[in-house]
Amino acid sequence: MKNFSYVIKDEIGIHARPAGLLVKEAKKYASKVVIRANGKSAEATRLMAVMGMGVKCGQTVEVEITGDDEETAFEGMKAFFEENL
Amino acid sequence: MMRFSGKTVYKGIQMGPVLVLKGNDSQVKRDKIQDADAEVERVGHAVEKAQQQLKKLYDKAVKEVGETSAAIFEVHQMMLEDEDYLDAIHNMIRTEMVNAEYAVAVTGDNFSEMFAGMDDDYMKARAADIRDISNRLVQNLQGKEDIDLNSSEPAIIVAEDLSPSETVQMDKEKILAFVTVHGSSNSHTAILARMMNIPALIGVPMDLDAIQSGMTAVVDGFKGEVIFEPDERECEAAKKRMEEEQEKLQLLQSLKGKENITLDGKKINIFANIGSVGDVGYVLENDAGGIGLFRSEFLYLGRDSFPAEEEQFQAYKQVVQMMAGKKVIIRTLDIGADKQVEYFNLGKEDNPAMGYRAIRICLKQSEIFRTQLRALFRAAVFGNLSVMYPMITSVEEVQKIYEIVDSVKAELDGDGVPYKVPEQGIMIETPAAVMISDELAELVDFFSIGTNDLTQYTLAIDRQNEKLDEFYNAHHKAILRMIRMTVENAHKAGKWAGICGELGADPELTREFVRMGVDELSVAPSMVLRLRKAVREMKTED
Repeated sequence: MKNFSYVIKDEIGIHARPAGLLVKEAKKYASKVVIRANGKSAEATRLMAVMGMGVKCGQTVEVEITGDDEETAFEGMKAFFEENL
Repeated sequence: MMRFSGKTVYKGIQMGPVLVLKGNDSQVKRDKIQDADAEVERVGHAVEKAQQQLKKLYDKAVKEVGETSAAIFEVHQMMLEDEDYLDAIHNMIRTEMVNAEYAVAVTGDNFSEMFAGMDDDYMKARAADIRDISNRLVQNLQGKEDIDLNSSEPAIIVAEDLSPSETVQMDKEKILAFVTVHGSSNSHTAILARMMNIPALIGVPMDLDAIQSGMTAVVDGFKGEVIFEPDERECEAAKKRMEEEQEKLQLLQSLKGKENITLDGKKINIFANIGSVGDVGYVLENDAGGIGLFRSEFLYLGRDSFPAEEEQFQAYKQVVQMMAGKKVIIRTLDIGADKQVEYFNLGKEDNPAMGYRAIRICLKQSEIFRTQLRALFRAAVFGNLSVMYPMITSVEEVQKIYEIVDSVKAELDGDGVPYKVPEQGIMIETPAAVMISDELAELVDFFSIGTNDLTQYTLAIDRQNEKLDEFYNAHHKAILRMIRMTVENAHKAGKWAGICGELGADPELTREFVRMGVDELSVAPSMVLRLRKAVREMKTED
C-alpha cells in the first residue's frame, strides 16, 4: 500500500470535468485507488461517488493505492493531482 | 396579460407561441417484467445510443460555441459510464423485476437528490446533469428522439437560464426569440443569439410557474420587454411593429451590392468575422467585402491531436476560393489555458486571460506555429489571403515571428512547394501594443484592433462575469482614445487599420470610427448591411 495527501488548488474543488479525468486516470491501473476527504471515502474509479464527496478548494485529500502496480499508479495519480487539481 | 422588462441582447420583435423549457420530465410507468436479462440489455443499448448522441452534441457544440462550453457533454458521457449509477439500475431491475424505464427514472432521482442535497452550489447544480442523462436514457428506452424542435412550431423559448450547450441543441429555424430569467449579456449564449439574429432578452424577472407552453407572447427587443398573453391592442401593435421591421429588413436587402460610402463621400470597408468554414455562406449572403477575422481555432478544437498541415491547407484554401478574390484575414491560433484543449497540455492557470495563450504558445512551441504558417502560405497562392497574429505586446515578438517566417520560407523553398508570403498584420488588443503602435506600424502591413480583449485588459473587467456588467462601459473614453492612437500611428506609417471586436458593430460609434479614419470594420455577418445603411446615411462633417 502506498499513499499521499494533496491539498486541492482548483477553485471549485473536484468538479465534474476533473472528476471525470480522475476516473479515467484511476482506471488505467490495476491497483485499487481510494480517496478520502471530509470523513468520506470513494473509489477513484467511481465518478458520482467522487463528485459526491464534494471536495472543495483548500481541503486535503488522502489517496491510498493498493495493488500489483502500486508504484506506477502512485506516480501517475500524484502527477495527475498536481496537474489537474 | 403579464408584462416584464429585461435586458436586450439582440434587438428585434417577435410574436408567437411560448415554449417553456424546464428540463423535460418524461412520464414513466412501473411495469412488472419477466426477463431481467432482456431489460438489462435494453439499458445497455440505451446507454450506447446516448453515448453516440452526446458525442454528436459535443462536436456540434465545439463548432458553434467552442470547446470550453462544450465540455459539459463530455461530462455527461462520463457520468453514463459510472459503475454505481449503472449498477443501481441493474440491481433494481433484477431485485424488483421492474422495467428499465422505471429503474432508470428512480435511480436518476436518487442520484440527483444526492447532489441536490449537497452544501456546495456547484455540486447542487450537477443534479440537473444527472436528471439530464437519466431523461436521455428514458427517452432512448421509449424510442423517443432527442428533444428536438423539428416537429413543433417555431416558438419563443422561455427558460430559467440557457447554457450554451442547451442553445446548441436547438434547431435555429424553430426559435423566434429567447427570454431567460438569468444570464449575462457577455455570455456565450448572448453572443450566439447575436450570431443567429434572434431577438433575446435576459434578466427577465418572471415566474416560470405562471407561464405555460402554448401561451402567446410578444418579445420586443427594442423596448426590452416581453408580454405574455397580450390583449388585442398589444397584438395589433406588435403585428404593426413586425411589419415595419420586415420592411426594414427588406430595405437592408436592397443595400446589397451598394458601396459603404458616407453622404460626403468617405468610404470604409465592412468585413465579417467568422469562426468556421461553414460561416462563409453568411458572409456572402450579407454581402460583406471580405473576411476581417477568421478565427482558426475551429481546426484545433474538438479533437485529440494537432491538425496536420494538409488538413489546414485544404480548409484555408477552400475559404479563399469561396471568397473569390475578396480579402480573407486569417488569425493564427488563439488558444489559451481558458480553452482547455487537452492535447496542448497547457495545464491549469490562475489567470488564463493573461496567461500562456495565442502567440505566446506559437513562439514557445514553434513547431505548432510552423505547421500553421506552412499551410497558410501554401493556401495564399489560391486567393486574397492575409495573416494576422494575435496578442502582440512587443516589437521583439514581431521580430521573432519574422524569424520563424523566414525559416518557414526557406523550408518551403527547399521542398519546392508553391507558396506566397501573404500580407501580415497584427491584432492590437493589449494596451502595450497600443502604446507602441508607432513602432509596430513600421514592422507590419496592417493593424486590426480587437476591442473585446483590449477593453477587458484596459478596464480590468472580466467579460464573463455578469456581476461586472454595471461597471462595463464599452464606450469608455480610454478605449476610444486608444483606437484613435492606433489608427493614427498606422496611417503615419502608411499602413491600414481596422476594428474586428464587437465595438466595430456598435452603431453609436460608427460615425466616430469613420471620422477617425478607421479603414475597415469587421463585424458579425448579420451586422454588415445594417452598418452599410448607417454609413450611407451619415456625414462625417457636421
